[in-house]
Amino acid sequence: MNKTKVISFIKSNTMILMLILVTLFFVWQTGGKILFPQNISNLIAQNAYVFILATGMLLCILTGGNIDLAVGSIVCFVGAVGAKLMETYDVNWIIAVAFMLVMGIAIGAWQGFWIAYVRVPPFITTLAGMFIFRGLSNVVLQGLTVSLTDKAFIRTFGGGANCYIPDFLGGDGFNVTAMLAGILTCIIFLAVKIKGRIEKAKKGYEMESIVAMITRSAVISAVVLVFSYELALYRGIPTALVIVAIVVLAYAYITAKTTLGRHFYAVGGNEKAAKLSGIDTNRIYFFAYTNMGFLSALAGMMTIARMTSAQPTYGQNYEMDAISSCFIGGASAYGGTGKVSGVIIGAVFMGVINLGMSIMGVDANYQKVVKGGVLLAAVIFDVVSKKKNG
Amino acid sequence: MAKVILEMKNITKTFPGVKALDNVNLKVEEGEIHALVGENGAGKSTLMNILSGVYSYGSYEGDIVYDGDICKFSRIVDSESKGIVIIHQELALIPYMTIGENMFLGNERGKAFAINWNDTYGEADKYLRIVGLQESSRTLIKDIGVGKQSLVEIAKALAKNASLLILDEPTASLNDKDSRALLDLLLQFKKQGMTSIIISHKLEEISYVADKITVIRDGATIETLDKAADKITEDRIIRGMVGRSISDRYPVREKENIGEIALKIENWNVYHPLYTERKVVDNVSMTVRKGEVVGIAGLMGAGRTELAMSVFGKSYGTNISGRIAINGKEVNLHGVSDAIKHKLAYVTEDRKGSGLIMSNSIKHNTTLANLAGVSSRGVIDEDKEYRVAVAQKEKLNVRCSGVEQKAGNLSGGNQQKVLLAKWMFADPDILILDEPTRGIDVGAKYEIYCIINKLVAEGKSVIMISSELNEVIGMCSRIYIMDEGKFVGEVSGAEATQVNIMAHILKKRGKGA
Repeated sequence: MNKTKVISFIKSNTMILMLILVTLFFVWQTGGKILFPQNISNLIAQNAYVFILATGMLLCILTGGNIDLAVGSIVCFVGAVGAKLMETYDVNWIIAVAFMLVMGIAIGAWQGFWIAYVRVPPFITTLAGMFIFRGLSNVVLQGLTVSLTDKAFIRTFGGGANCYIPDFLGGDGFNVTAMLAGILTCIIFLAVKIKGRIEKAKKGYEMESIVAMITRSAVISAVVLVFSYELALYRGIPTALVIVAIVVLAYAYITAKTTLGRHFYAVGGNEKAAKLSGIDTNRIYFFAYTNMGFLSALAGMMTIARMTSAQPTYGQNYEMDAISSCFIGGASAYGGTGKVSGVIIGAVFMGVINLGMSIMGVDANYQKVVKGGVLLAAVIFDVVSKKKNG
Repeated sequence: MAKVILEMKNITKTFPGVKALDNVNLKVEEGEIHALVGENGAGKSTLMNILSGVYSYGSYEGDIVYDGDICKFSRIVDSESKGIVIIHQELALIPYMTIGENMFLGNERGKAFAINWNDTYGEADKYLRIVGLQESSRTLIKDIGVGKQSLVEIAKALAKNASLLILDEPTASLNDKDSRALLDLLLQFKKQGMTSIIISHKLEEISYVADKITVIRDGATIETLDKAADKITEDRIIRGMVGRSISDRYPVREKENIGEIALKIENWNVYHPLYTERKVVDNVSMTVRKGEVVGIAGLMGAGRTELAMSVFGKSYGTNISGRIAINGKEVNLHGVSDAIKHKLAYVTEDRKGSGLIMSNSIKHNTTLANLAGVSSRGVIDEDKEYRVAVAQKEKLNVRCSGVEQKAGNLSGGNQQKVLLAKWMFADPDILILDEPTRGIDVGAKYEIYCIINKLVAEGKSVIMISSELNEVIGMCSRIYIMDEGKFVGEVSGAEATQVNIMAHILKKRGKGA
């Protein structure tokens, strides 16, 4: 590889490289504690909501750097109503879940309507939503905590002591199912990669260099294998991970492979051009915010399940975590660029910093300072690199 | 003979790919009103931007001598400190500030951290009296009409101690009465020794106020007419503006294959989206046949783009009325997707602003208007998309490193080709091309003309909007002439000359003014 290739490799993989460096830093600082199976498992459980919300937030940001500030409040409100239904009114948990999802969609549609069709700036609309739904959560819970007791609900949405996929294969102290899932994922991933490359080669399309492909595939496979090994050493696959994986894969597919996804990039890249190409730009805005409501509801369920209770203070600053993950993961603050995979890296990045600093015993206030600094640095990088191109 | 106050010597200015000004010379004497005329894109505004420091010293070649000194302006403030003040065509006033605040914006009275409002409004009132505006300086700009706003602009210029006033189409948005008042004001300033340069398309006004007229054409000074020495008529000025022959810059269409009527527009009216009482397109009717290239000629702001966009699924304007028939069947196009379904395409004049998505690849841009053509049930077939993009790229001869290259990294001409490729992939029968060759070099222009010829040879219809009269005459079978929202004439391609098109526009204006 020559020098320009190295530079372009570093440029296109900056965040992955940074993530590796940061992880190594914490491995060194915590004496390897950060890689303990329990910590890895917790990283998923604690940050599940970030992955879910960041994926939804990406769609909002793609439309032109617009954000949804109401996310945390919606998470809390939906969770509060769900808890109330299940505990106070003894509603079956499946019905409660359906109700919560519909509620999330309705709230999202409410915000989306003002943003898309009345053109109230998203910042204002969702700032209002942030107050409204936080207030309503308090009203619903009457300022109190509601404890959750429905075991099936808690387990499904990744809470409680036993929120892991059971080991069907009966390993003793080592969860064979988790390890097997990891190996399967690797095989599928490699198969798809190789098949894609063979097809491209057959038709003579442009391809990435074979060295880059092998390196990238090897690194990703290794990470997946180590990760599943760690999970297997602890208690297996957290149910939260399953939900996160489904959401992430679904949205990665939508953004990359569907016309709907393409419309998001078009609207954010140049709204006028999108409109003149026959895209209903209003509908795209509406969808982005409605979808955000839906995913907020999902995150709300996961939050109350993990905490096994609902409180009026839940979900605070969740929107900030989601927004930060998007920008750290390379979404442009002007919209039009950003990928789900990038957002995942951003979310993991935030999670690793959180976890690492917690293990190191860094004061919570300093943790915030560091997170803020990382976010600013990521956006500065985006803006400066844009300037050079343009 | 009066003293020469301003001399611009051998000014040459190049933009990437285009020579905007080539060895331009301009001499202005103290106390005269000097008019600058020329077609759109001739370089008048570029020249004035150089004079006022918008383009800084060093970005052009040549010298500006003002009042005996060679000037090296790097910012607008530098030229203003010399007393050279430009008033732009679009009024640069802030609606929710008062007249006084606007007048001293960036030039505030008092100290840096303590604006002296008494001085501000006191002086503002003084200048308002000079320009003869009967308004309090505490009135908000939004509450006064455009005529009065232009007087505020002049008062603002005076407040900067202007000794040379440059007015870029000052009467473009004014009615006859306001225009006359403004011109009389200029004459009154002239008596007091003020020098002015005025850019205008309205020849009658120019003959009324100007002492000298400099004609600019294709970035070069053609001649300077002196009212005292030469006999100035409108025909004489027009000849200076357009006098050149059409060479073989346009590919010949093998055989004209004109069929039945493809598009018919009747009594089309469109109002401005913000100022809803302003009529932008006024009772326009037109027809386009299959295999025909129809031109719409006119000056900037004539309403051509507005007409095209309002037809294209009502993407512009409010209160649109009129009838559209495609292939003899009346249609109602509610949105862009409707228009695309009816095989209409509008290729915008503004490829950066509303044409391409610069941050996306050529491939993604190519398929954007017809994603359905490369997808099934909402899922994109990337393989097919790639093949389509490559095929279009080769068909239009786009020079790029590959279809994955970002549109933003292409040259203007290649971007224009990608934009055309995008719309050709949407497979329209009627294409509206708005300024299809703006800002691209001669070679790329020729290629685009060839593409247009190919399209009509296939039986498609092309409506070509262009400010370059040459181009319209060279390419179109029939030309509609548009001015101030109306169609003021129609000429066949054979009988069209620059002089008779300009005459249609300017004579009509002459009668009105």
